[in-house]
Amino acid sequence: MKPTVEVSHLGMKFNLSQEMHDTLKDYFINLFRHHDKMKKDEFWALTDVSFKLYPGDRLGILGLNGAGKSTILKAIAGVYHPTTGTVKRKGKLAPLLELGAGFEPQYSARENIYLYGAILGYKKDFIDTKFDEIIRFAELEDFIEVPIKNYSSGMKSRLGFAICTAVNPDILILDEVLSVGDKKFRRKSEDKIMSMFDGNVTVLFVSHSLDQVRRICNKAMILDHGHLKAFGDINDIAPIYEQMTQEDPEEIAKREKIAHENRVKKLRAARKTKARDIIRMTNNLNLTDEQAMAALDIPESKYQIYLDVVKEIEDSEGVLTKEQAMKQAAAEEAAIDRNATFPSEEEQETTGDSDD
Amino acid sequence: MKKYIKGFYDYRFLLSELVKRGIRLKYRKSYLGIVWSLIEPLMTTVVLVVVFGALFDRLSDPTFATYIMCGRLTFTFFQNGTKGASKAIRGNAGMIKKVYVPKYLYPLSNVLYNFIIYLISLVVLVPVMIYSRLLPTGHMINVIPSILWLLILTIGVGMILSVLDVFFRDIEYLWNVLLMIIMYLSAIFYPIERIQKHHLMWLLHLNPVYCIIEMFRGAMIGHWVGWKVCSYPLIFGVVCCIIGFVAMKKTQDQFILHL
Repeated sequence: MKPTVEVSHLGMKFNLSQEMHDTLKDYFINLFRHHDKMKKDEFWALTDVSFKLYPGDRLGILGLNGAGKSTILKAIAGVYHPTTGTVKRKGKLAPLLELGAGFEPQYSARENIYLYGAILGYKKDFIDTKFDEIIRFAELEDFIEVPIKNYSSGMKSRLGFAICTAVNPDILILDEVLSVGDKKFRRKSEDKIMSMFDGNVTVLFVSHSLDQVRRICNKAMILDHGHLKAFGDINDIAPIYEQMTQEDPEEIAKREKIAHENRVKKLRAARKTKARDIIRMTNNLNLTDEQAMAALDIPESKYQIYLDVVKEIEDSEGVLTKEQAMKQAAAEEAAIDRNATFPSEEEQETTGDSDD
Repeated sequence: MKKYIKGFYDYRFLLSELVKRGIRLKYRKSYLGIVWSLIEPLMTTVVLVVVFGALFDRLSDPTFATYIMCGRLTFTFFQNGTKGASKAIRGNAGMIKKVYVPKYLYPLSNVLYNFIIYLISLVVLVPVMIYSRLLPTGHMINVIPSILWLLILTIGVGMILSVLDVFFRDIEYLWNVLLMIIMYLSAIFYPIERIQKHHLMWLLHLNPVYCIIEMFRGAMIGHWVGWKVCSYPLIFGVVCCIIGFVAMKKTQDQFILHL
């Protein structure tokens, strides 16, 4: 069996100072700039990556941010030309990269389907036969003649997904595209991708989610700062990646300790408010502690804990006896009476309060 | 070479879609649409004839309208085609970043859609020639090579500009200035007899656009302009095309890094 994708010694170099090269003036300045300085701005997004994929291989590309995952997809899709090494592909390619981009904003969905299809290399009759299917899948039946510029980003992504997946490709390139649209559409698009797996399609899939890669892929590779760190069966690669992304145990212990402390603090605060309720009920309603706790739905096993908290509050804030409570209640009632007598004169009310 | 022709054949649907897009978007949302490609040159020619006819005392000569129309139509296509082509790569950055497509298709499609609009606008020459009381002569056959030479020249220059523009954004402004110089060196709205004896007349003959306009006028008004004027723009255009396509092929892999 011949490989559908053959990457050998692929290297991708980017010049970070490229942007300064945009005008003639900068060009001439750069001509005289010291060569070493230019070299410093070079950045190798990929170095010496080699692997082969055969029909039926579904490769998950794993790696941290900036590992070169998207770069490798674009190099295989032919968007980037390799700086060193070669990329060989065989068969029809369906690149699902940056789905919402590349549309003509003034064009309607209908016109964009033909234009976009043409760019992807579809033939006119093919688009004619698939047109309704694309619109239906993208759920845009009511917006066929609306210019794309009035679409939401979700609608654009859906349309992009529908057009790109209208073919039965030999090579399918997925750059985290399974996170398009709402939950319903996500499920639909994952089903669609899964249905394309039947047969001999070769898949390249980039994701941060190991679970998703496990679900979809049978092979995997790990990229680390542009280097190919591991390549092989998903079951061999997954533990390596798990280990790679695992934090060191000290960090985890520290984080768990903080979380535990927060939980305890919260629990204590909650108990305190309940304990205050108990005190209020026993004072005002002539209930025993047990009756109050039962009324508050506290399980019997926790009675002792709450009694301790009640005692703690009474110790720290002074015991509020029944007589004191009644006195306080009487004072409150008197204040209400005064307000009732002179409801409009607020000044009197405040002076009355301060006299007390 | 065979590979490229096959590649071109594979992408003919895309090319036609890109050309269609250019024409559609140009006249989108205007009530008269493509009819403007007829009305606009007609109206501007009327203005030019009145202004420069009065200035150069040519209002009594009915052929002056044809004279101006030939120059104006030719130069307008050259101007729109090259300007459009120079912005083509950057204008299609969104597509270039997603899918590999031979990059020359973008400037080429830009020139071609302007060419189609140009061909349509040639229809206005019929009423203008009737007004000028000119009858078609055997020299009329010369219209076909002059249009073809113009297309080749515009594709070549457009291709070179589109490559340069990716690396140097200055080209857009620089080209506007150059276009103005080319316009004044093309004798579009002044009668050529006025400067025929001038010692800088050779500058006009170096300008391929002027030579094409002369060919075109000769065909319409009915006189032969000589082999030199007829062959120079073709050679110039072919050389530009070779430079343009080679430069495109050599640099197109780096385009993405500059977009």
